[in-house]
Amino acid sequence: QVPVLRPMDLMVEATPRRVFANAHTYHINSISVNSDYETYMSADDLRINLWNFEITNQSFNIVDIKPANMEELTEVITAAEFHPHHCNTFVYSSSKGTIRLCDMRTSALCDRHAKFFEEPEDPSNRSFFSEIISSISDVKFSHSGRYIMTRDYLTVKVWDLNMENRPIETYQVHDYLRSKLCSLYENDCIFDKFECVWNGSDSVIMTGSYNNFFRMFDRNTKRDVTLEASRENSKPRAILKPRKVCVGGKRRKDEISVDSLDFSKKILHTAWHPSENIIAVAATNNLYIFQDK
Amino acid sequence: MFVRGLKRKCFDGEEDIEGTLAGIKAIPSYNLQRQSLLDMSLVKLQLCHMLVEPNLCRSVLIANTVRQIQEEMTQDGTWQMINTPSTGQASLDRLVSTDILCRSSREQAEGKHVPGYSTFNKDFEGDQAQDSSENMSTTSSVQPPRNLQSNVWEMENPQENKGNFQKSLDQIFETLENKSPNSVEDLFSEVDNSYYDLDTMLTGMMSNTKMGHCDGLETFSSPPTTTSNSNCKSDLNELDHIVEILVES
Repeated sequence: QVPVLRPMDLMVEATPRRVFANAHTYHINSISVNSDYETYMSADDLRINLWNFEITNQSFNIVDIKPANMEELTEVITAAEFHPHHCNTFVYSSSKGTIRLCDMRTSALCDRHAKFFEEPEDPSNRSFFSEIISSISDVKFSHSGRYIMTRDYLTVKVWDLNMENRPIETYQVHDYLRSKLCSLYENDCIFDKFECVWNGSDSVIMTGSYNNFFRMFDRNTKRDVTLEASRENSKPRAILKPRKVCVGGKRRKDEISVDSLDFSKKILHTAWHPSENIIAVAATNNLYIFQDK
Repeated sequence: MFVRGLKRKCFDGEEDIEGTLAGIKAIPSYNLQRQSLLDMSLVKLQLCHMLVEPNLCRSVLIANTVRQIQEEMTQDGTWQMINTPSTGQASLDRLVSTDILCRSSREQAEGKHVPGYSTFNKDFEGDQAQDSSENMSTTSSVQPPRNLQSNVWEMENPQENKGNFQKSLDQIFETLENKSPNSVEDLFSEVDNSYYDLDTMLTGMMSNTKMGHCDGLETFSSPPTTTSNSNCKSDLNELDHIVEILVES
């Protein structure tokens, strides 16, 4: 029988073009493409490796914090990213709320940091959960390369690369959860890892929260807004209505009380177009794309 | 989540009714909350290594929390230290380490390292791809450490039994340092094998519909009489069988 050509619908199938294998022992938490567009790095809980795109069977280990005796392990790597312009510079964050900036020119193994960012602990807010909520879930350079932003459980912080002892800005994402930390520890929500993003001009930062809420902070006007990504509350092309969480006292009509929040609806991943005001928000199994009117 | 049976009234402000009473009652309430947080954390850690691929970051954070609670308990004297005749380590060294909390009892008994996430003190780069598939299934069926089970059991009377808990921890340390079968035998010889395993305890917690703190503790403290009876019964049956054989011969 002669084969016959049959027209079919377009099928899109993702297949790996290259596989870079066997270099990580622990869960990979970050990958970051270098500004040279030749190399990239991958980070797991204890190590960071540098790869060349063309070489799939070999990588260079550039950070290793695994202790000789695993009983002494008290801190892990949580996120890492290359500087947007300086291809020798990168940062990585830790579960103890610290950020290290490293320069690959100083040594092959970047165990010694060039800069160390840590905010002193606030003694008035100290609890058994202090360390857990200080664990940084995401670190992002600003597009300018002058600042880094970090996300921990309750806040987003902006750091100036020239000032290591404290952030220059701190934004409260959902401070009303501070009195609920024990319950959130019990149901494991306290270990949720939220990401954070800059807009193209580094003037606005965005991060996710619970109940399908996500938050934007304008660094210049100091105004912030809470929006919701859900089918019920938005039709295509409708303008999103700002949301508000009621923290106590009388609940207004449109407000939602803290106890009514749905902690299974968490927005962990968001993205902002590098130059336009278009954002992508991942809410469980739905992807929302919003744009400025 | 299985932990629903545990006390919810931790440090959460609105729910802490006791804390609003004048000074005298505030202190025991804090100790009770701290204790239940410690219990909860230890249970979480046990479940950590029962997973096929435990989350290392989570385990480390929970272990650090446990250490922090233990340090505070040591400082304000609720944690009784027993002086062991051994090496003269600083008291903080006896506190629970991440590795100990996340090891399985089978590993301790067999003295071998199971590749994969069940232990994170073995450098298994290169091995992992080959070994992980065969060993992951073993890891998931391993029982949680008996030592910690008996310790959780002893949490019902924290004041009295802290000494026992501490002693067990010291023995764990010695076992891991020596890694000889004899010391492991010693370690298990003091553990009462009639204690229920973790599954039964968790089942008890899940069926416990009340949320109060006392109920949570009760679940820890009430022994599963059925299990111990069935152990006795099987022993008796065996004995009968042996007697039968002797009589017949």
